Amino acid sequence: MKIPYYPGCTLHERALDFDKASRECANVLGVELEELPIWTCCGAVFPLTTDSVMEILAAVRNLAYAARMGDKVVTLCSFCYNVLKRTNKVMREDEERREKVNLFLRADTETRDKTESFLKKDYVGQVDVLHYIEMLRDVVGFDEMAKRVKTRLEGLRVAPYYGCMLLRPHGEMKFDEHPEQPTIFEEFLTALGCDVVDFPMKTECCGGFQIVRDEETAIACSQTVVSSAVKRDADLIITTCPLCLYNLDRKQKEMEKRVNGFRKIPVIYFTQLLGIALGIDDEHLDFSDNYVDPRPALAEKNLV
Amino acid sequence: MASEMVTIYVMGKAYEVPRDLTIMKAMEYAGYRFIRGCGCRGAFCGACGTVYRTKDDYRLKVGLACQEMVQDEMYLAEIPFFPGNKATYNVDKLKPNSETVLKLYPEVFRCLSCNACTKACPQDIEVMEYVQAALRGDIEKAADLSFDCILCGLCAARCPAEIVQYNVALLCRRLYSAKIAPRAKHLDKRVKEVKRGKFDKELAKLMKMKKSQLAKLYSEREIQKAD
Repeated sequence: MKIPYYPGCTLHERALDFDKASRECANVLGVELEELPIWTCCGAVFPLTTDSVMEILAAVRNLAYAARMGDKVVTLCSFCYNVLKRTNKVMREDEERREKVNLFLRADTETRDKTESFLKKDYVGQVDVLHYIEMLRDVVGFDEMAKRVKTRLEGLRVAPYYGCMLLRPHGEMKFDEHPEQPTIFEEFLTALGCDVVDFPMKTECCGGFQIVRDEETAIACSQTVVSSAVKRDADLIITTCPLCLYNLDRKQKEMEKRVNGFRKIPVIYFTQLLGIALGIDDEHLDFSDNYVDPRPALAEKNLV
Repeated sequence: MASEMVTIYVMGKAYEVPRDLTIMKAMEYAGYRFIRGCGCRGAFCGACGTVYRTKDDYRLKVGLACQEMVQDEMYLAEIPFFPGNKATYNVDKLKPNSETVLKLYPEVFRCLSCNACTKACPQDIEVMEYVQAALRGDIEKAADLSFDCILCGLCAARCPAEIVQYNVALLCRRLYSAKIAPRAKHLDKRVKEVKRGKFDKELAKLMKMKKSQLAKLYSEREIQKAD
Protein backbone atom coordinates (compact mmCIF):
# COMPACT_ATOMS: atom_id res chain seq x y z
CA MET A 1 0.00 0.00 0.00
CA LYS A 2 1.28 3.45 -0.94
CA ILE A 3 0.55 6.52 1.17
CA PRO A 4 1.63 10.07 0.24
CA TYR A 5 4.37 11.23 2.59
CA TYR A 6 5.35 14.77 3.50
CA PRO A 7 8.79 14.69 5.16
CA GLY A 8 9.20 18.40 5.88
CA CYS A 9 12.47 20.32 5.84
CA THR A 10 13.86 19.07 9.15
CA LEU A 11 13.50 15.40 8.28
CA HIS A 12 14.95 16.14 4.90
CA GLU A 13 18.21 17.61 6.15
CA ARG A 14 18.62 17.39 9.92
CA ALA A 15 16.65 14.50 11.33
CA LEU A 16 17.73 12.04 8.65
CA ASP A 17 17.89 9.32 11.29
CA PHE A 18 14.16 9.82 11.95
CA ASP A 19 13.24 9.76 8.27
CA LYS A 20 15.33 6.68 7.57
CA ALA A 21 13.97 4.57 10.44
CA SER A 22 10.38 5.64 9.73
CA ARG A 23 10.47 4.75 6.04
CA GLU A 24 12.06 1.38 6.76
CA CYS A 25 9.56 0.51 9.50
CA ALA A 26 6.72 1.40 7.14
CA ASN A 27 8.24 -0.92 4.51
CA VAL A 28 8.38 -3.79 6.98
CA LEU A 29 4.74 -3.12 7.85
CA GLY A 30 3.72 -3.18 4.18
CA VAL A 31 3.31 0.56 3.66
CA GLU A 32 5.33 2.50 1.13
CA LEU A 33 5.68 6.13 2.14
CA GLU A 34 5.57 7.89 -1.20
CA GLU A 35 7.28 11.27 -0.89
CA LEU A 36 5.46 14.08 -2.69
CA PRO A 37 7.47 14.72 -5.89
CA ILE A 38 7.45 18.45 -5.19
CA TRP A 39 6.82 20.05 -1.84
CA THR A 40 7.70 23.20 0.08
CA CYS A 41 8.19 24.19 3.69
CA CYS A 42 4.86 23.93 5.55
CA GLY A 43 5.35 27.36 7.10
CA ALA A 44 6.50 25.90 10.44
CA VAL A 45 4.07 27.96 12.53
CA PHE A 46 0.31 28.03 12.02
CA PRO A 47 -0.76 31.67 11.64
CA LEU A 48 -3.37 32.97 14.04
CA THR A 49 -4.51 35.82 11.83
CA THR A 50 -7.85 35.00 10.27
CA ASP A 51 -8.05 37.82 7.76
CA SER A 52 -5.02 36.81 5.72
CA VAL A 53 -4.40 33.71 3.65
CA MET A 54 -0.83 34.33 2.56
CA GLU A 55 0.62 32.43 5.51
CA ILE A 56 -1.34 29.24 4.86
CA LEU A 57 -0.70 29.12 1.11
CA ALA A 58 2.34 26.90 1.47
CA ALA A 59 0.51 24.35 3.59
CA VAL A 60 -2.50 24.33 1.26
CA ARG A 61 -0.29 23.82 -1.76
CA ASN A 62 1.37 20.82 -0.11
CA LEU A 63 -2.03 19.37 0.79
CA ALA A 64 -3.18 19.93 -2.78
CA TYR A 65 -0.09 18.15 -4.11
CA ALA A 66 -0.90 15.23 -1.80
CA ALA A 67 -4.51 15.22 -3.05
CA ARG A 68 -3.21 14.40 -6.52
CA MET A 69 -1.76 11.18 -5.13
CA GLY A 70 -4.30 9.90 -2.62
CA ASP A 71 -6.78 10.65 0.12
CA LYS A 72 -4.26 10.85 2.95
CA VAL A 73 -0.95 12.45 3.73
CA VAL A 74 1.36 11.16 6.43
CA THR A 75 3.88 13.26 8.26
CA LEU A 76 6.17 12.82 11.27
CA CYS A 77 7.42 16.18 12.51
CA SER A 78 5.07 17.59 15.15
CA PHE A 79 5.31 21.10 13.70
CA CYS A 80 4.47 19.99 10.16
CA TYR A 81 1.60 17.90 11.50
CA ASN A 82 0.24 20.81 13.50
CA VAL A 83 0.40 23.25 10.58
CA LEU A 84 -0.98 20.84 7.97
CA LYS A 85 -3.81 19.62 10.16
CA ARG A 86 -4.97 23.07 11.25
CA THR A 87 -4.71 24.40 7.70
CA ASN A 88 -6.77 21.46 6.52
CA LYS A 89 -9.45 22.37 9.02
CA VAL A 90 -9.51 25.93 7.67
CA MET A 91 -9.90 24.60 4.13
CA ARG A 92 -12.74 22.32 5.18
CA GLU A 93 -14.67 24.72 7.37
CA ASP A 94 -13.88 28.33 6.55
CA GLU A 95 -15.76 29.04 3.35
CA GLU A 96 -14.37 32.53 2.87
CA ARG A 97 -10.72 31.65 3.26
CA ARG A 98 -11.16 28.48 1.19
CA GLU A 99 -12.55 30.53 -1.67
CA LYS A 100 -9.83 33.15 -1.42
CA VAL A 101 -7.01 30.60 -1.37
CA ASN A 102 -8.42 28.74 -4.34
CA LEU A 103 -8.90 31.93 -6.33
CA PHE A 104 -5.25 32.67 -5.72
CA LEU A 105 -4.07 29.18 -6.60
CA ARG A 106 -6.13 29.17 -9.79
CA ALA A 107 -4.65 32.48 -10.92
CA ASP A 108 -1.28 31.12 -9.95
CA THR A 109 -1.01 28.41 -12.54
CA GLU A 110 -3.89 28.93 -15.00
CA THR A 111 -1.50 30.04 -17.70
CA ARG A 112 1.05 27.34 -16.95
CA ASP A 113 -0.89 24.09 -17.11
CA LYS A 114 2.17 22.10 -18.22
CA THR A 115 4.16 22.79 -15.07
CA GLU A 116 4.36 20.41 -12.16
CA SER A 117 2.86 22.88 -9.74
CA PHE A 118 -0.31 23.19 -11.86
CA LEU A 119 -3.36 22.17 -9.84
CA LYS A 120 -6.31 20.89 -11.78
CA LYS A 121 -8.68 20.91 -8.84
CA ASP A 122 -9.53 23.31 -6.05
CA TYR A 123 -8.36 22.20 -2.64
CA VAL A 124 -11.31 21.81 -0.28
CA GLY A 125 -9.81 19.47 2.30
CA GLN A 126 -9.82 16.26 0.28
CA VAL A 127 -6.99 14.62 2.19
CA ASP A 128 -6.85 13.45 5.77
CA VAL A 129 -3.71 14.60 7.54
CA LEU A 130 -2.35 11.65 9.51
CA HIS A 131 0.49 11.53 11.92
CA TYR A 132 2.62 8.41 11.44
CA ILE A 133 1.46 7.09 14.82
CA GLU A 134 -2.16 7.47 13.65
CA MET A 135 -1.22 5.59 10.49
CA LEU A 136 0.16 2.78 12.67
CA ARG A 137 -3.03 2.65 14.70
CA ASP A 138 -5.67 3.27 12.01
CA VAL A 139 -4.16 1.99 8.78
CA VAL A 140 -1.76 -0.75 9.85
CA GLY A 141 -3.37 -1.47 13.24
CA PHE A 142 -1.45 -1.91 16.50
CA ASP A 143 -2.45 -5.61 16.60
CA GLU A 144 -1.08 -6.18 13.12
CA MET A 145 2.06 -4.23 14.03
CA ALA A 146 2.50 -6.38 17.14
CA LYS A 147 2.37 -9.52 14.96
CA ARG A 148 5.36 -8.29 12.94
CA VAL A 149 7.46 -7.65 16.04
CA LYS A 150 10.57 -9.84 16.03
CA THR A 151 11.96 -8.83 19.40
CA ARG A 152 9.45 -7.90 22.06
CA LEU A 153 10.86 -5.11 24.17
CA GLU A 154 10.13 -6.89 27.46
CA GLY A 155 11.42 -5.15 30.53
CA LEU A 156 12.35 -1.94 28.73
CA ARG A 157 10.94 1.01 30.62
CA VAL A 158 9.93 3.67 28.11
CA ALA A 159 8.52 7.14 28.84
CA PRO A 160 6.41 8.50 25.95
CA TYR A 161 6.85 12.24 25.55
CA TYR A 162 4.12 14.00 23.55
CA GLY A 163 5.11 17.65 23.77
CA CYS A 164 2.79 20.43 22.64
CA MET A 165 2.36 20.47 18.89
CA LEU A 166 0.64 17.10 18.52
CA LEU A 167 -1.99 17.98 21.08
CA ARG A 168 -2.67 21.68 21.06
CA PRO A 169 -5.06 23.27 20.54
CA HIS A 170 -7.16 20.21 21.28
CA GLY A 171 -10.25 21.62 19.58
CA GLU A 172 -8.43 21.75 16.28
CA MET A 173 -5.94 18.90 16.60
CA LYS A 174 -8.24 16.26 18.13
CA PHE A 175 -5.16 14.06 18.20
CA ASP A 176 -6.28 11.95 21.10
CA GLU A 177 -9.40 11.82 23.23
CA HIS A 178 -8.01 13.72 26.17
CA PRO A 179 -5.73 16.75 25.67
CA GLU A 180 -3.88 16.24 28.96
CA GLN A 181 -3.99 12.46 29.19
CA PRO A 182 -3.41 11.11 25.68
CA THR A 183 -2.79 7.37 25.43
CA ILE A 184 -1.88 6.60 21.82
CA PHE A 185 1.85 6.25 22.49
CA GLU A 186 1.10 4.12 25.55
CA GLU A 187 -0.94 1.76 23.35
CA PHE A 188 1.88 1.72 20.83
CA LEU A 189 4.47 0.88 23.50
CA THR A 190 2.27 -1.81 25.00
CA ALA A 191 1.96 -3.45 21.58
CA LEU A 192 5.76 -3.59 21.39
CA GLY A 193 5.94 -5.26 24.81
CA CYS A 194 7.52 -2.33 26.67
CA ASP A 195 6.86 -1.31 30.25
CA VAL A 196 5.12 2.01 29.82
CA VAL A 197 6.35 4.70 32.19
CA ASP A 198 3.71 7.30 32.93
CA PHE A 199 5.20 10.62 33.99
CA PRO A 200 3.53 13.92 34.83
CA MET A 201 5.51 16.02 32.34
CA LYS A 202 4.63 14.04 29.22
CA THR A 203 2.52 16.82 27.72
CA GLU A 204 4.55 19.77 28.99
CA CYS A 205 6.55 22.02 26.67
CA CYS A 206 10.22 21.20 25.96
CA GLY A 207 11.07 24.87 25.51
CA GLY A 208 10.57 24.77 21.77
CA PHE A 209 12.03 27.56 19.68
CA GLN A 210 12.88 29.52 22.84
CA ILE A 211 16.15 27.60 22.71
CA VAL A 212 17.24 30.11 20.07
CA ARG A 213 16.60 33.30 22.01
CA ASP A 214 16.28 32.33 25.66
CA GLU A 215 18.34 29.25 26.26
CA GLU A 216 18.00 29.32 30.04
CA THR A 217 14.22 29.17 29.97
CA ALA A 218 14.19 26.47 27.32
CA ILE A 219 16.70 24.32 29.19
CA ALA A 220 14.73 24.76 32.42
CA CYS A 221 11.65 23.43 30.58
CA SER A 222 13.42 20.48 29.01
CA GLN A 223 15.23 19.62 32.22
CA THR A 224 11.89 19.38 34.06
CA VAL A 225 10.69 16.92 31.43
CA VAL A 226 13.86 14.83 31.43
CA SER A 227 14.16 14.67 35.22
CA SER A 228 10.50 13.75 35.57
CA ALA A 229 11.05 10.67 33.37
CA VAL A 230 14.26 9.80 35.22
CA LYS A 231 12.47 10.03 38.57
CA ARG A 232 9.98 7.43 37.31
CA ASP A 233 12.91 5.18 36.53
CA ALA A 234 12.56 5.17 32.76
CA ASP A 235 15.30 3.60 30.61
CA LEU A 236 14.60 5.95 27.74
CA ILE A 237 12.25 8.61 26.41
CA ILE A 238 10.60 8.50 22.99
CA THR A 239 9.45 11.50 21.00
CA THR A 240 8.17 12.36 17.53
CA CYS A 241 9.46 15.90 17.24
CA PRO A 242 12.97 16.81 16.03
CA LEU A 243 12.93 20.01 18.07
CA CYS A 244 11.85 18.18 21.24
CA LEU A 245 14.63 15.68 20.66
CA TYR A 246 17.14 18.48 20.26
CA ASN A 247 16.06 20.15 23.50
CA LEU A 248 15.66 16.97 25.52
CA ASP A 249 18.72 15.10 24.29
CA ARG A 250 21.35 17.53 23.06
CA LYS A 251 20.78 19.97 25.90
CA GLN A 252 21.50 17.34 28.55
CA LYS A 253 25.07 18.47 28.07
CA GLU A 254 24.04 21.83 29.55
CA MET A 255 21.81 20.25 32.21
CA GLU A 256 24.80 18.25 33.49
CA LYS A 257 26.61 21.53 34.13
CA ARG A 258 23.65 23.21 35.79
CA VAL A 259 22.12 20.52 37.98
CA ASN A 260 23.91 18.68 40.76
CA GLY A 261 23.61 14.92 40.48
CA PHE A 262 21.87 15.16 37.10
CA ARG A 263 21.20 11.73 35.60
CA LYS A 264 21.27 11.41 31.85
CA ILE A 265 18.67 9.47 29.90
CA PRO A 266 18.62 8.63 26.20
CA VAL A 267 15.92 10.18 24.00
CA ILE A 268 15.10 8.53 20.67
CA TYR A 269 12.43 8.77 17.99
CA PHE A 270 9.49 6.39 18.42
CA THR A 271 10.13 4.85 14.99
CA GLN A 272 13.70 4.01 16.01
CA LEU A 273 12.29 2.04 18.93
CA LEU A 274 9.78 0.43 16.56
CA GLY A 275 12.69 -0.39 14.24
CA ILE A 276 14.49 -2.25 17.03
CA ALA A 277 11.35 -4.27 17.75
CA LEU A 278 10.81 -5.02 14.06
CA GLY A 279 14.44 -5.98 13.63
CA ILE A 280 15.34 -3.51 10.89
CA ASP A 281 19.03 -3.45 10.05
CA ASP A 282 21.62 -1.10 11.53
CA GLU A 283 21.83 0.85 8.30
CA HIS A 284 18.43 2.32 9.14
CA LEU A 285 19.09 2.81 12.85
CA ASP A 286 21.44 5.71 13.23
CA PHE A 287 22.15 7.03 16.74
CA SER A 288 25.29 8.96 15.82
CA ASP A 289 23.51 12.30 16.32
CA ASN A 290 22.29 11.51 19.83
CA TYR A 291 24.17 13.18 22.67
CA VAL A 292 23.14 10.43 25.08
CA ASP A 293 23.84 7.14 23.34
CA PRO A 294 20.82 4.84 23.74
CA ARG A 295 22.78 1.67 22.94
CA PRO A 296 24.06 0.91 26.47
CA ALA A 297 20.49 1.10 27.84
CA LEU A 298 19.28 -1.14 25.02
CA ALA A 299 22.21 -3.54 25.40
CA GLU A 300 21.37 -3.98 29.05
CA LYS A 301 18.07 -5.54 27.94
CA ASN A 302 19.82 -7.47 25.14
CA LEU A 303 18.08 -5.41 22.47
CA VAL A 304 21.12 -4.37 20.43
CA MET B 1 4.20 43.87 -49.77
CA ALA B 2 4.36 45.86 -46.58
CA SER B 3 3.61 44.07 -43.31
CA GLU B 4 0.44 44.72 -41.43
CA MET B 5 1.07 47.29 -38.71
CA VAL B 6 0.15 47.04 -35.05
CA THR B 7 0.25 49.54 -32.20
CA ILE B 8 2.52 48.88 -29.26
CA TYR B 9 3.15 51.06 -26.22
CA VAL B 10 6.77 51.22 -25.11
CA MET B 11 6.87 52.62 -21.59
CA GLY B 12 3.53 54.24 -22.29
CA LYS B 13 4.29 55.79 -25.68
CA ALA B 14 2.49 54.48 -28.77
CA TYR B 15 4.34 53.29 -31.88
CA GLU B 16 3.16 51.75 -35.14
CA VAL B 17 5.32 48.73 -35.91
CA PRO B 18 5.11 45.76 -38.31
CA ARG B 19 3.30 42.75 -36.80
CA ASP B 20 6.00 40.23 -37.70
CA LEU B 21 8.74 41.63 -35.45
CA THR B 22 9.98 40.60 -32.06
CA ILE B 23 9.65 43.14 -29.28
CA MET B 24 13.33 43.96 -29.58
CA LYS B 25 13.24 44.49 -33.33
CA ALA B 26 10.03 46.48 -33.03
CA MET B 27 11.68 48.79 -30.52
CA GLU B 28 14.61 49.25 -32.86
CA TYR B 29 12.17 49.88 -35.70
CA ALA B 30 10.59 52.55 -33.52
CA GLY B 31 13.94 54.23 -33.06
CA TYR B 32 15.34 52.78 -29.84
CA ARG B 33 19.00 51.94 -29.89
CA PHE B 34 20.12 49.35 -27.37
CA ILE B 35 23.33 49.87 -25.53
CA ARG B 36 21.99 47.83 -22.58
CA GLY B 37 19.10 45.39 -22.43
CA CYS B 38 20.27 43.52 -25.45
CA GLY B 39 22.84 40.78 -25.68
CA CYS B 40 22.84 37.51 -27.53
CA ARG B 41 19.47 37.90 -29.31
CA GLY B 42 19.17 34.15 -28.93
CA ALA B 43 17.33 33.72 -25.60
CA PHE B 44 20.43 32.79 -23.64
CA CYS B 45 21.91 35.88 -22.04
CA GLY B 46 18.89 37.13 -20.11
CA ALA B 47 19.57 40.79 -20.81
CA CYS B 48 16.18 41.57 -22.34
CA GLY B 49 13.60 40.45 -19.75
CA THR B 50 10.38 42.24 -20.53
CA VAL B 51 7.10 42.77 -18.74
CA TYR B 52 3.99 43.36 -20.81
CA ARG B 53 0.24 43.39 -20.73
CA THR B 54 -2.21 42.93 -23.53
CA LYS B 55 -5.52 44.70 -23.96
CA ASP B 56 -8.44 43.54 -21.81
CA ASP B 57 -6.26 41.28 -19.70
CA TYR B 58 -5.36 42.25 -16.16
CA ARG B 59 -2.41 39.84 -15.99
CA LEU B 60 1.18 40.94 -16.27
CA LYS B 61 3.01 38.68 -18.67
CA VAL B 62 6.72 38.20 -19.17
CA GLY B 63 8.99 37.33 -22.04
CA LEU B 64 12.35 37.95 -23.59
CA ALA B 65 12.29 40.89 -25.97
CA CYS B 66 14.46 39.01 -28.46
CA GLN B 67 11.98 36.11 -28.65
CA GLU B 68 8.48 37.40 -27.97
CA MET B 69 6.53 38.67 -30.99
CA VAL B 70 4.66 41.96 -30.74
CA GLN B 71 0.89 41.95 -30.49
CA ASP B 72 -1.56 44.71 -31.18
CA GLU B 73 -2.22 46.91 -28.14
CA MET B 74 0.73 45.50 -26.22
CA TYR B 75 1.97 47.60 -23.30
CA LEU B 76 5.55 46.84 -22.46
CA ALA B 77 8.66 47.80 -20.56
CA GLU B 78 12.02 46.14 -20.74
CA ILE B 79 13.79 45.50 -17.45
CA PRO B 80 17.37 45.19 -18.64
CA PHE B 81 18.97 45.13 -15.23
CA PHE B 82 17.79 44.28 -11.75
CA PRO B 83 19.77 45.67 -8.80
CA GLY B 84 19.51 42.46 -6.80
CA ASN B 85 21.60 41.59 -3.76
CA LYS B 86 24.55 39.40 -4.60
CA ALA B 87 26.74 37.68 -2.04
CA THR B 88 30.45 37.22 -2.60
CA TYR B 89 32.07 33.98 -1.53
CA ASN B 90 34.75 31.46 -2.31
CA VAL B 91 32.82 28.39 -3.35
CA ASP B 92 35.72 26.07 -2.48
CA LYS B 93 35.34 27.03 1.17
CA LEU B 94 31.59 26.41 1.35
CA LYS B 95 29.61 23.32 2.27
CA PRO B 96 26.64 22.35 0.10
CA ASN B 97 23.89 22.65 2.72
CA SER B 98 21.11 24.92 3.95
CA GLU B 99 23.40 26.64 6.44
CA THR B 100 25.45 28.05 3.58
CA VAL B 101 22.26 29.34 1.95
CA LEU B 102 21.15 30.81 5.29
CA LYS B 103 24.47 32.55 5.81
CA LEU B 104 24.76 34.08 2.35
CA TYR B 105 21.09 34.71 1.58
CA PRO B 106 19.13 34.77 4.88
CA GLU B 107 16.12 36.31 3.12
CA VAL B 108 15.46 32.92 1.47
CA PHE B 109 13.98 31.83 4.78
CA ARG B 110 11.23 34.43 4.45
CA CYS B 111 9.76 32.59 1.46
CA LEU B 112 5.99 32.23 1.92
CA SER B 113 5.54 29.98 -1.11
CA CYS B 114 3.31 32.46 -2.91
CA ASN B 115 4.75 31.35 -6.27
CA ALA B 116 4.89 34.92 -7.68
CA CYS B 117 8.44 34.17 -8.82
CA THR B 118 7.38 31.13 -10.83
CA LYS B 119 4.68 33.16 -12.55
CA ALA B 120 7.27 35.74 -13.56
CA CYS B 121 9.72 33.31 -15.14
CA PRO B 122 10.04 33.59 -18.93
CA GLN B 123 11.88 30.26 -18.90
CA ASP B 124 9.00 28.37 -17.23
CA ILE B 125 11.23 27.31 -14.37
CA GLU B 126 9.64 26.14 -11.11
CA VAL B 127 11.34 29.02 -9.30
CA MET B 128 9.57 28.67 -5.96
CA GLU B 129 10.31 24.94 -5.92
CA TYR B 130 14.06 25.51 -6.32
CA VAL B 131 14.06 28.26 -3.68
CA GLN B 132 12.33 25.82 -1.34
CA ALA B 133 14.79 23.07 -2.24
CA ALA B 134 17.68 25.43 -1.41
CA LEU B 135 15.99 26.34 1.86
CA ARG B 136 15.91 22.72 2.98
CA GLY B 137 19.46 22.05 1.80
CA ASP B 138 18.57 20.02 -1.28
CA ILE B 139 21.31 21.74 -3.31
CA GLU B 140 21.26 19.14 -6.05
CA LYS B 141 17.53 19.61 -6.70
CA ALA B 142 17.87 23.40 -6.60
CA ALA B 143 20.69 23.21 -9.13
CA ASP B 144 18.76 20.84 -11.34
CA LEU B 145 15.46 22.78 -11.28
CA SER B 146 17.18 26.10 -11.96
CA PHE B 147 19.41 24.85 -14.76
CA ASP B 148 17.64 26.87 -17.48
CA CYS B 149 17.87 30.15 -15.55
CA ILE B 150 19.24 33.04 -17.61
CA LEU B 151 19.40 35.49 -14.69
CA CYS B 152 16.99 37.99 -16.22
CA GLY B 153 15.86 39.07 -12.73
CA LEU B 154 12.09 39.12 -13.29
CA CYS B 155 11.50 36.69 -10.39
CA ALA B 156 13.27 38.99 -7.94
CA ALA B 157 11.23 41.91 -9.22
CA ARG B 158 8.03 40.16 -8.10
CA CYS B 159 9.11 38.62 -4.79
CA PRO B 160 7.29 39.93 -1.69
CA ALA B 161 10.02 38.43 0.50
CA GLU B 162 12.71 40.30 -1.46
CA ILE B 163 14.59 37.13 -2.31
CA VAL B 164 17.01 37.31 -5.23
CA GLN B 165 16.14 33.89 -6.57
CA TYR B 166 18.53 33.80 -9.52
CA ASN B 167 21.58 34.50 -7.35
CA VAL B 168 20.49 31.81 -4.90
CA ALA B 169 20.19 29.45 -7.88
CA LEU B 170 23.64 30.43 -9.09
CA LEU B 171 25.05 29.66 -5.65
CA CYS B 172 23.36 26.25 -5.69
CA ARG B 173 24.65 25.36 -9.15
CA ARG B 174 28.16 26.40 -8.12
CA LEU B 175 27.91 24.36 -4.93
CA TYR B 176 26.61 21.42 -6.91
CA SER B 177 29.40 21.41 -9.45
CA ALA B 178 32.14 22.18 -6.92
CA LYS B 179 31.04 19.89 -4.10
CA ILE B 180 28.47 17.32 -5.18
CA ALA B 181 28.95 16.36 -8.84
CA PRO B 182 31.66 13.77 -9.42
CA ARG B 183 34.88 15.17 -10.85
CA ALA B 184 35.39 14.63 -14.58
CA LYS B 185 38.56 12.52 -14.60
CA HIS B 186 39.33 13.07 -18.26
CA LEU B 187 39.26 16.84 -17.67
CA ASP B 188 41.70 16.61 -14.77
CA LYS B 189 43.97 14.49 -16.95
CA ARG B 190 43.85 16.96 -19.82
CA VAL B 191 44.50 19.96 -17.54
CA LYS B 192 47.60 18.19 -16.23
CA GLU B 193 48.76 17.53 -19.80
CA VAL B 194 48.29 21.19 -20.71
CA LYS B 195 50.22 22.31 -17.65
CA ARG B 196 53.03 19.87 -18.36
CA GLY B 197 53.39 21.51 -21.78
CA LYS B 198 52.17 18.69 -23.96
CA PHE B 199 50.62 21.12 -26.46
CA ASP B 200 53.14 23.99 -26.26
CA LYS B 201 55.01 22.96 -29.37
CA GLU B 202 51.87 22.66 -31.43
CA LEU B 203 50.61 26.04 -30.21
CA ALA B 204 53.90 27.75 -31.01
CA LYS B 205 53.67 26.32 -34.51
CA LEU B 206 50.14 27.72 -34.94
CA MET B 207 51.21 31.14 -33.70
CA LYS B 208 53.79 31.43 -36.44
CA MET B 209 51.43 30.50 -39.29
CA LYS B 210 50.11 32.94 -41.87
CA LYS B 211 46.41 33.77 -41.88
CA SER B 212 45.85 31.87 -45.15
CA GLN B 213 47.53 28.76 -43.77
CA LEU B 214 45.43 28.99 -40.62
CA ALA B 215 42.23 29.37 -42.65
CA LYS B 216 43.09 26.30 -44.68
CA LEU B 217 43.88 24.31 -41.55
CA TYR B 218 40.63 25.43 -39.98
CA SER B 219 38.44 24.47 -42.93
CA GLU B 220 40.14 21.09 -43.23
CA ARG B 221 40.11 20.31 -39.54
CA GLU B 222 38.90 16.98 -38.29
CA ILE B 223 35.63 17.65 -36.53
CA GLN B 224 34.97 14.20 -35.25
CA LYS B 225 37.51 11.45 -35.42
CA ALA B 226 36.31 8.45 -37.36
CA ASP B 227 36.53 5.31 -35.23
